Amino acid sequence: MASANIAKILIVGAGQAGMQIADSLRENGYSGQITMVGDENALPYQRPPLSKAYLYGDADEESLQFRNHRFYQDNNIELILGDAVVDVDISATDESSVGGVATTASGKRLDFDRMALAPGSTPRKLAIPGSELDGVLYMRSIADAQALKARWENAKNVVVIGGGFIGLEVAAVAAKARKNVTVLEGADRMMARAVCPITSQYFKDAHERRGAKIVLNARIASFAPSPNNSSAVGAVTMEDGTDIPADIVMVGIGVVARTEVANLLGLELANGAILVNEFAQTSNPLVVAAGDAVMLPNPTGADGLVRLESVQNAVDQAKAAAKTLMGLEESYRALPWFWSDQADIKLQIAGLSTGYDQTVVRGEPDHDAFSVLYYKNGRLLAIDAINQVSDFMAVRRCLTAGQNIDAEAAADSSVALKTLITA
Amino acid sequence: MPQVTYILPGGTETTLEARDGDSVMETAVKNGIRGIVAECGGACSCATCHVFVADEFADVVGGPGDLEDDMLDGAACDRRETSRLSCQIKMCADFDGLRVEIAPKQI
Repeated sequence: MASANIAKILIVGAGQAGMQIADSLRENGYSGQITMVGDENALPYQRPPLSKAYLYGDADEESLQFRNHRFYQDNNIELILGDAVVDVDISATDESSVGGVATTASGKRLDFDRMALAPGSTPRKLAIPGSELDGVLYMRSIADAQALKARWENAKNVVVIGGGFIGLEVAAVAAKARKNVTVLEGADRMMARAVCPITSQYFKDAHERRGAKIVLNARIASFAPSPNNSSAVGAVTMEDGTDIPADIVMVGIGVVARTEVANLLGLELANGAILVNEFAQTSNPLVVAAGDAVMLPNPTGADGLVRLESVQNAVDQAKAAAKTLMGLEESYRALPWFWSDQADIKLQIAGLSTGYDQTVVRGEPDHDAFSVLYYKNGRLLAIDAINQVSDFMAVRRCLTAGQNIDAEAAADSSVALKTLITA
Repeated sequence: MPQVTYILPGGTETTLEARDGDSVMETAVKNGIRGIVAECGGACSCATCHVFVADEFADVVGGPGDLEDDMLDGAACDRRETSRLSCQIKMCADFDGLRVEIAPKQI
């Protein structure tokens, strides 16, 4: 993308990636117009605390904001909130030309030279009888978190559907508040998509020790209304006919990329997400994309496309997208990392474990402090660190530098990993 | 509102008013102070909000907790005596006038 004559950038989406694109454009010296459209009414905010600190009451709407009002004024970033792009017209199709116009739901017409898509994702909905009942909730937006919180105090029975990160975070808060918590997971282990069986087993045991009931291979038939209020959920009915009492059902069964605007533009998708190259460019030369809604070349340099639903990816890919918009093309290379706080359990993951052929366990799962290192052909790929921040930091550093830690040496947990890093 | 002064790498100083209970990290980031990266947004998971607390405030602010201590060991900049992760320092009246130097390397 040539940087010449780029004077108007339209960012669609005001989440972590959208915010970072705007911030990085200014940090890199772009002085043209920046307009950011977000369909929520709140100033751009952090989502991770919604299922933890916000639910505990340790964070409020203001503390979740990335930046205050003045920042947007001082940096001349125009925010259009509570509105959405519903139509786009880009006539130009080659890099030398500029121009397009987007129309929002409220009727605003927004001219742009380049567009950045950061639409994020939306929770995958569970469509079974009774899903429309009040109290069947999801966790993505501040509105979702407010809906959960509004019902939290009076809820005795909390059922979480999906034993993934979001579900387990909410389950941990509920167990700590001494609610009856049941986690229903359809697979035969927890967080199966992200971690190995050792880590999965630990999280099952750990949540059970903290008071949650975990059901694997759960087969859910429907939601039943409460006997006291026919419009509210009262139980989850399993296929075998048993009812699990539920004042709140929190569904966390994954997310779907938001591709509304990408579809208006006819952009190429891959597995339902917006396909980009290593410069965050979509199939339209005027449009970049970043964040949860994107399918991208593996940023570790390994082969293949990945979709990374994480803060780290939203931030780092957004930085690459901002550079591309300014004609400063820089290939997006980064080490993916991730965290999930579940009550007193801090899980930190660095690297991508896909394709591993060996694991090394350090420490004691029974004592809530251990790490799993993933290897392929003797090379370290990734770590799951559970309350082992030194291991996490060492592996993050090692993998970022393209270095290795010998598997046999790593198995001795009395030796600090950071002393074992080799080329 | 308690004030906090940030000494940026290079020596520039910026003073901000903090909301009571907001962390030193949040106060900086919300106002667009660069240098504090804070990738994890304050979850004590990334060690990219590393600061050196001015000596005269070291006692009142106190040292890091165990977890923070381990994170600091892996921070991009070598830690010093008064190193803290600024997401873990919550502003309050006692800290009014606090001065922190932002570690020059965060990632």
